[in-house]
Amino acid sequence: MQWGSASEFFAMGGYGLYVWTSFIATALCMGWEVLALWRRRAAARAEQRAGLLGDTDETTA
Amino acid sequence: MNWSKYSAPQAFYPLAGQLIPWFAIVAVALMGVGLYMGFFVAPTDFQQGESYRIIFVHVPAAWMSMFLYVVMAIWAGVGMGLNARLSFMMAQAIAPTGAMFTFLALLTGAMWGKPTWGAWWVWDARLTSELILLFQYAGVMLLRTSIDDMRRADRSSAVFALVGVVNVPIIYFSVQWWNTLHQGASVSMSTGSKMAATMLMAMLIMTVAFWLYSIAVVLARVRCIVVERDSLPVWDEKPAVSQEVAEVR
Repeated sequence: MQWGSASEFFAMGGYGLYVWTSFIATALCMGWEVLALWRRRAAARAEQRAGLLGDTDETTA
Repeated sequence: MNWSKYSAPQAFYPLAGQLIPWFAIVAVALMGVGLYMGFFVAPTDFQQGESYRIIFVHVPAAWMSMFLYVVMAIWAGVGMGLNARLSFMMAQAIAPTGAMFTFLALLTGAMWGKPTWGAWWVWDARLTSELILLFQYAGVMLLRTSIDDMRRADRSSAVFALVGVVNVPIIYFSVQWWNTLHQGASVSMSTGSKMAATMLMAMLIMTVAFWLYSIAVVLARVRCIVVERDSLPVWDEKPAVSQEVAEVR
């Protein structure tokens, strides 16, 4: 363990901006991807159910 | 066990659904271990100080960007050879995740380049070829959306993906073939590792975590694509719907 305090940890020896931007950007991208897939899945399922009820896209679109 | 039956989308769909939570759980667990090791166990670098810790996302993202492209091209090739719909769907599902990791490799590379080289970006062979990879992913995806006929879209983007695979060895060997500002490989098959053991371990754990994450996300996207393309009969029984949503959560 090389960190004396929390502020030392967040400072990253003066490279905090670069290090945290990298990790936060990666986390945001992954989180966004999972969220987007979740919504896409919900939309696909809704379409699926609508199709089962009889009003298919082929006739309306 | 007859694995070939899973080449049918309706057989693959529930199998993928069962696999996703396992890949996701292990990926998250390994990310936790990898981040802990990367920030609390791995020592400070004697040359670069703490800035080197970007390596724990930069290298896994860069490796995945190349690896996913090759896997995407292989599925595209299988789709062409066997005229297999699911293979094309796999290729389609991999592209966005591969593009995301390419973007992250470039972004975290800029974050690392500024403090160590004094520049966010340089036009050296490694960076330029990786940027071209991002355009290739974009090309694969745009080509697909620009063609209405699904079979032609599949084949066109597959050809594009297959031709572009030539760039992957160029990216990988660019640091040897050209005089680049980007450093050479820190980990190599022939010479082993030049890094401290805990640094290397943290980086490899993060790489495995990103790999498992990619599998989980790609399987989830394939399932969406299967439903979207076929607007299809529901393959998993009605009661399983609520249960599956719970699983994903």
